[in-house]
Amino acid sequence: MITFDAVTKRYPDGTVAVDGLSLEAPTGEITVFVGPSGCGKTTSLRMINRMIDATEGQILLDGVPVQGIDPPTLRRGIGYVIQQAGLFPHRRIVDNVATVPYLLGWDRRKARARAMELLERVGLDSALARRYPFQLSGGQQQRVGVARALAADPPVLLMDEPFSAVDPVVRTSLQDELLRLQAELNKTIVFVTHDIDEAIKLGDRVAVLRVGGRLAQLADPKTLLSDPADDFVREFLGRDRGIRRLQFVSTAGLRLRTDLTVEEGFGGGTAEPWALVVSADGAPVGWVADARPDVLEPFGTFVHGRDSMRSALDAALLSPSGCAVGVDENGKVVGVATREALDEALAEAADG
Amino acid sequence: MGDGPPSIWEWIARNWDTGRVDSIRNLLTDHLTMSLVPILLSLVVALPLGLACVRWRWLYQPTSGLMNIVYAIPSLPIFMLLISVTGLSQTTVIIPLTFYGMAVLIPAVVDGLGSVPDHVRQSAVAMGFTPLRRLLAVELPIAVPVVLAGLRVVAVSSISLVSVGALIGQGGLGSLFTRAYQNPFMPPVIVGIVLIVALALVADGLLVLAQRLLTPWVRARKGRA
Amino acid sequence: MSWLIAFFDWLVEFFGDPARWSGPDGIPARLLEHLEFSALALALAVLIAVPLGLLIGHTGRGEVVVVVSANLARALPTLGLLVMFVLLLGAASVWPVIIPLVLLAVPPILVNTFEGIKGVDPELRDAAYGMGLRGGQVLGRVLVPVALPLILLGCRLSAIQVVATTTVAAYTGLGGLGRFIIDGFATKDYARVVGGSVLIVLFALVVQILFALAQRVTVSPGVSRRLKVR
Repeated sequence: MITFDAVTKRYPDGTVAVDGLSLEAPTGEITVFVGPSGCGKTTSLRMINRMIDATEGQILLDGVPVQGIDPPTLRRGIGYVIQQAGLFPHRRIVDNVATVPYLLGWDRRKARARAMELLERVGLDSALARRYPFQLSGGQQQRVGVARALAADPPVLLMDEPFSAVDPVVRTSLQDELLRLQAELNKTIVFVTHDIDEAIKLGDRVAVLRVGGRLAQLADPKTLLSDPADDFVREFLGRDRGIRRLQFVSTAGLRLRTDLTVEEGFGGGTAEPWALVVSADGAPVGWVADARPDVLEPFGTFVHGRDSMRSALDAALLSPSGCAVGVDENGKVVGVATREALDEALAEAADG
Repeated sequence: MGDGPPSIWEWIARNWDTGRVDSIRNLLTDHLTMSLVPILLSLVVALPLGLACVRWRWLYQPTSGLMNIVYAIPSLPIFMLLISVTGLSQTTVIIPLTFYGMAVLIPAVVDGLGSVPDHVRQSAVAMGFTPLRRLLAVELPIAVPVVLAGLRVVAVSSISLVSVGALIGQGGLGSLFTRAYQNPFMPPVIVGIVLIVALALVADGLLVLAQRLLTPWVRARKGRA
Repeated sequence: MSWLIAFFDWLVEFFGDPARWSGPDGIPARLLEHLEFSALALALAVLIAVPLGLLIGHTGRGEVVVVVSANLARALPTLGLLVMFVLLLGAASVWPVIIPLVLLAVPPILVNTFEGIKGVDPELRDAAYGMGLRGGQVLGRVLVPVALPLILLGCRLSAIQVVATTTVAAYTGLGGLGRFIIDGFATKDYARVVGGSVLIVLFALVVQILFALAQRVTVSPGVSRRLKVR
C-alpha cells in the first residue's frame, strides 16, 4: 500500500505543485491520478519513487517512509513507465527489458530469459527482442516500456501518462492489455492521466486533482460518475456522465427473450413485428421485419453477463428493431433484450 | 625608454604605415582580401550547390562525402601543391580557403532548407506559390539562420587560416609571425594574434547583426519564450 | 599542363630516391614522428576535453566556458600561437610546440562532448534515473553511448586540426612530415615539397578512414540507425 500523508510540494519560487495531499493507493489495485494540467498529478507520482522529494508530509510504502530509502535502491523496487517509453536507443529490446535485473546483479542468462518471458507476456513477438527501439512502432515501444518496468517483478508500478502518445486504436488495445496483465499480476499501480475516460476505464479508484495540487475527490469510478463531490469534478467528468455510468451496470440481470429467433431460410409470418435470423451454428445473421421478410437488417450484440449495460444499449441502438442481441462468449445467441427489458434495467440502474 | 627594445605601442607606431609592402596597414589589407574573397566566393558557390543537393537528393551523399574529405586535408600541403599552378600569389591561399568554406556551407544550406517545417512548405504549395517563388519567399528566409551560423564559422576560421599562408609569403598579418620567429621578437606576434582575433570578432559580430536584421522573427520568438 | 608533368617528375624524384626511405630525415622516420606528435597531442586533448565535456554536459554548469573556448580556438591563428609559445618557452624540447597543439585540439572535443550529452532526450535521462541507475551509471551506461557519435565527431575534428597544426609546427622546429615542406621550400627543393605535401594529404585521409571505422565499431546500431527496419 502507498500512503500519502499530508504531502506538499512547494518549489523555491513559491509555486505549490501539490498541496496537503492525503490518500491511500491500496495493494493490488489500480489508483488513477487524473486532473487538468497543473494539478500536480505527475509531481505526486514522481514523489513516490523520489524523482522529486516532498517538501512537507511523507509518503509511506507499506508503512515505511520513502524518504529514508536511498533513491536508486527504492527505484529498483518500483516499476516506472513514462510517456515516450524512454527506451535506451543503444540497447536491443531484450537488454532494455533486462535493465533492472542487470542492475540488481542477476546472472545475464537469467535476466535475458526473464526479459523474453515478459515480452511474451505483454504480447510482443520474441523476434522483436533482437531489434533496437527505433525499429519498433510507438505502441510496441510502449509495450516494451511496460515489460521493462515489470522485469524485476516489483510489487509497485508507477505509470506516468504511458499511453497518451499513441493513436486511439493502439491506446485502447494497450489499456485492455494492462487490465488483462493486472488481473494476472495484481500489482499496486499508480497511473497518471489527463484523460477521464482512461481513468474510469482503468481505475479501481480514481483521485481527481484540481489545479494547485489539491484532492477534489477520491472514489471508485462508479461513485465518481453517480455522485461527483462538487462542480469541479462534475465539469471535469464532462457530459453524458449518466450514459458512461452504465458501463458499471452489469447485464447479468437483464431479462432476455428466447422466442424471437428463427432459423435461416425462414419464410416469414410470426406474430412479432421483428424476428432475429440465426445461423445453424447459433450465430446471429440479421433482423427481419414482418412486413419485409426478404430483407436482412443490421444487428448489435453484447456478451450477456460480461458486457455492461452501456454495451447492451449501444447494441440496441445499432438496429432498426430497437432490440439488442445477447450472445455468449463464443458469439452464440442466448436471447434478445427488447426495449421493454432494457427500459426495466435502466430504471433499476437509475435508482441504484 | 631609450636603448631597450621598443614597447608594443612603439613598435606598432613605427611599423603601422611605413609605405613598404610589409607595413601593418598593408598586411591588414592583404589579410582582409585573402579572407573576404573565400568567404563570399564559398557562399556564392555553396548556395546553388546546396539547392541542387536538396532538389536532387542523391547528389547530397557524394557531395557531403567529398566535402568531408576536403575539410580534412591540411592547408599547408595544399598551398604547396598549388604553388606549381598558381604561383606564390594570393590565389594560392584563396582557392583552398574557398573549398574549406564550401565544406561548411553546403551542409548548412541543405540543413537550413531541411529546417523548413513541412506544414509551412505544404501551405505555401496550397496557396499557389510557384516553386521558384516558394524558394525565394518562403524557404530561403527560413533557412537564413542556419546558413548564417555556418557562415560565421567560415568567416572566423578563414580569417585565422590566412595566416598559414605566411609560410609561402602570402599570409597577410601572418607574416608578422614569420618575421617575429626569424628575428626573435615578441611584439609582432602579439599584434598579429590580437589583430586577427579582433578581425574575427568583428566579422562574427557583423554576421550576428545581419542575422538580426534579416530574420527579426527569430529574436521575437525567443523574447516571448 | 606543363605543371602536371613537373608535378609527376617531382613525385618520382622524391619517392624514387632510395635515400628517402632511411635515416632520420627519411620518410619512415618522419611519418613516425608525425604520428607520434599527433597522437600525443590528440590523446592529451581527449584526456582533458572528454571528462570536462561530460561534467559540464551532465551538470549543466560552465556552459559559457565551452562556447567561448570553441569560438576562441577557431579565431586563434595556429602559426601565431606556435611562434608565441616557442618564443616564450624556448625550443629546447618539443613541449613548447605540443602545448599549443593540445590547446587547439581541446575545444572541438569539448564542445561536441558537451553538446552530445546535453542533447540526450530528457525522457531518456528520466527513465534511467527512474529505473534506479545512479548518477555515474546514467552517464556511463546511457548518456555516453547515446552521445558517442558526437563525441567521436569532436575527436575527428580535433584530429584534423592536430594533423594540420603538426605540419605547420615544422616551421618552429618540430619534426614530422612538415619538415619536408619547410626544408624543401627553404632550399627550393620542390620535389621534397611536393612529396611531403602528398604524404601529409594521404596521412590525413588515412586518419579520417580510421575514425570512420572506429565510429562503425563503437557506436550502437540502435543509435546510428544503421540497420534496416526488417
